[in-house]
Amino acid sequence: MSSLEPMMMFIKIGIVLAGLLATVPIMLFVERRGSALMQNRLGPNRMGPFGLFQAACDVIKFIFKEDRAPGHVNKFYYTIAPWVAVIPAFMTFAVIPFAGSLTLDGTTTHFQIANLDVGVLYCFSIASLGVYGIIMAGWASNNHYSLLGSLRSSAQMISYELTLGLSLVGLMMVFQSVKLGDIVFEQGETLFTLGAIAVPKWGIFIQPVGFLLFLVSVFAETNRLPFDLPEGESELIAGYHLEYGSMRFALFMMAEFINMAVASALITTLFFGGWQLLPFFSVLVSHVQSLGLIPDPNLVEVIFQGLSFIIKVAFWMWFFVWVRWTLPRFRFDQLMNLGWKVLFPVGLLNVLVTGFLIYKGVL
Amino acid sequence: MIDYPLLAFSAFSTIAILGSLMVIFKKNPVASAFALVAVFFSFAGLYALMSAHLVAALQILVYTGAIMVLFVFVIMLLNQDRPVEDFKSSSGIFKLLSGIAVSGFVFALVKVALLARSLTPRGDMTEEKISELGGNVKAIAESLFSDHVLQFEITSFLILAAIVATIALAKRKAHSGRGHS
Amino acid sequence: MLAIRKPGFLNRLYLIEIIRGLWITMKNFLFHKKVTLQFPEQRRDYSNRYRGQHYIKAVNGVENCTACMLCPTVCPAECIHIVAGEREDKEKYPVKFEIDSLRCCFCGMCEEACPKDAIKLSNIYEMSQQTRTVYEKDFLLEQRGNK
Repeated sequence: MSSLEPMMMFIKIGIVLAGLLATVPIMLFVERRGSALMQNRLGPNRMGPFGLFQAACDVIKFIFKEDRAPGHVNKFYYTIAPWVAVIPAFMTFAVIPFAGSLTLDGTTTHFQIANLDVGVLYCFSIASLGVYGIIMAGWASNNHYSLLGSLRSSAQMISYELTLGLSLVGLMMVFQSVKLGDIVFEQGETLFTLGAIAVPKWGIFIQPVGFLLFLVSVFAETNRLPFDLPEGESELIAGYHLEYGSMRFALFMMAEFINMAVASALITTLFFGGWQLLPFFSVLVSHVQSLGLIPDPNLVEVIFQGLSFIIKVAFWMWFFVWVRWTLPRFRFDQLMNLGWKVLFPVGLLNVLVTGFLIYKGVL
Repeated sequence: MIDYPLLAFSAFSTIAILGSLMVIFKKNPVASAFALVAVFFSFAGLYALMSAHLVAALQILVYTGAIMVLFVFVIMLLNQDRPVEDFKSSSGIFKLLSGIAVSGFVFALVKVALLARSLTPRGDMTEEKISELGGNVKAIAESLFSDHVLQFEITSFLILAAIVATIALAKRKAHSGRGHS
Repeated sequence: MLAIRKPGFLNRLYLIEIIRGLWITMKNFLFHKKVTLQFPEQRRDYSNRYRGQHYIKAVNGVENCTACMLCPTVCPAECIHIVAGEREDKEKYPVKFEIDSLRCCFCGMCEEACPKDAIKLSNIYEMSQQTRTVYEKDFLLEQRGNK
C-alpha cells in the first residue's frame, strides 16, 4: 500500500459526495425550469442568468425557515424519518464505478468507492432501506393522508423490488458477474459491427426487455411519476411528507433527487456502458492527448470517461423529468396489475429466454 | 491506531441488543417493528464484518427490505386500538425470580451455543478459498446449484406449495365472506 | 351505436404510444410559444371598459363631485360614505369621501349614476394592499390612468 492510496480514497469519496450534493440544486433547477417549459410556461427566471440561482434561493429559504413540528406527531420517529430516507440514498452510490482506472506513481486507482463482490445486490439492499424513511414519516405524522401514502409506498416497493431484481438476472447471466466494475468493463467490448459502426456490448443491446423492466420498476422505486402514488398531490395532498416543513421536507426532496441520481447511475452502469466512452469521445480523447495540455494521457482518458458517465447519467435524470410531464399517474390497482401480472411474468420469461440463448451459445 | 472492526462490531452489537430489548418492551407494535428493522440491519453489519457480504446483502434485501416492510404494512393496515394490558399486578418477588430465571436461561443458551460451536466441524470455506473461487456470490451459487441442488429444489417446491395453499385459503375465505368475488 | 374498438397487441403494449407522448412533450418543451407574461415589464391589454381602481375626477385641482349622494344611493354594496360640506363660494362638496374597497363589487353603478362625471373606475388592476382597505378622499383624488 503506497501513501497515495488513502489520499485517492478520500478524493473518490469527495467526488461522489460533492457530485451527489451538487445534483440536488441542479435537479431542483432542472425540474422547475424543465417542467415549466414543457407546460409552455417560463418557470423561475428572475434570479441570476436563466434563473440559475433560484435553487440557491430555495435552499436558503429551506434553511432559514422555522423548523416546527405539529403537536400530534410522534416526535422521535418524526425527527429521524427524513434521515432514514436520505442516508441510504447516499450509501447506494458506493459501489457504482464512475470512471476507469488511473495509474499514478505505480498506484492503480479504480474510480469506485468499494468494489464489493455482491455489487448490485448491495445497491438493491440499501435502496430497499429507503422505504423505511417514508413509512416512518407517514406513520409518525399521525395523519390519515400520510399513513395512506406510506401504506401505498410499502406495497409498491415490495411489488416492484421483485421485478427490479428479476430484470437484472438476465444481465448477470450474460456478464457472469454481479460486480458493477466487471459489468462495466465487459460492456467495453464490441458486440458486432455494422459496416463502420461498431455496436458496443452495452446491456441495452443484449437485454432490451430487461432494460424496459428495469426502467419501469426504477420509476416505481424512486416514487416518480407515473408511479408517485405515495405522494399523489391530488389525492393525498402530499402523502407521507404532508406534515413536514423547512429543512426536514428538504431532506425528503434531497432523498428523492439522490435516489433519482442513483437510479440513473444504475441504468447507465448496467445498460449503457457506465463510464465507457461515448461513441464520438474516443476521437476527442486522442485529440486532447495529442494537444498535450495534460501531461498524463491516462488522466485525459479518465477525465473523459467521467464526463461520459456524467452525460449519460444526466440524460437519464432528464428522462425522469421528461416522463413526469408525459404520463399521468396510475391508479393503484393498475399499478399492482402492471407489477404483478405484466412485469413479473415478463421478467421470468426474459430469464428463461436468456438462459436458452446462453445455452444455445448465442449470447 | 483505532481498531475499526472492533469499533464497528461494538456499535452493531450494541444496536442489536438494544433493538432486541426495544422489540420486546415497546408497547406500540409499529415501534417494535422499527426496532426489529434496526436489529436486522445491525445483523447485516455483523455479517459484513465477517466478510460474508452476500449474507449481509441478502439479510437486508430479504428480511429488512421485504419481510419487515410487509410486517409494518400489515400492522399499519390492521391498526388495532386495543388498550395495552398492564402487567403491574405481579408481585416483587415474582419479578425477581422471573428475572433470575430469564438471565439464567440466556446464560445457558450462550453456553450451549459455544459448546455446539466447538463440537460441530468447521466448514472448509476460508476467506482465501472464497476469493479463489471468485467471490462470495460465485462460491455460494456454485455450492448451491451443484452439490446441494436437490435440497434447493425441494425447498423451492415447499415454498411453492405454501404459496398455493395460502392462495387457496384466502380465496375460500373471500368466497364465504362476500358471496362472490 | 356504441362501437367497441379492440386495441391490438402493439396498442396494448403502450410502448409506441409512450414514445409518441414523449415526443409531444419534447415538442412543447422545444418549439411551442411560451404563454407566460413577464408581468411588471409586460402587461396584458385590458378593455377600456374595464372597471378597476376608483378615482374622483378633478379639474384644476378641484374635484368634480358635488356630494349629491347619488352614488351611495345607487351603490348595491353600500360601500361609499360621503359627508357633505359647504365651500366658501357656497358650493356643496364632499368633506369626506370614502370607499370601502372590501365591500365594493366593482359594478360601476356609481360611475353610471354620477351626474358630474366625478367618480370613475380606472383601468388599474394592481390593487393589492397590506393594511388600508378604505380609500380616503386624498387617495381617490390622485389621478391615475384617466379614461
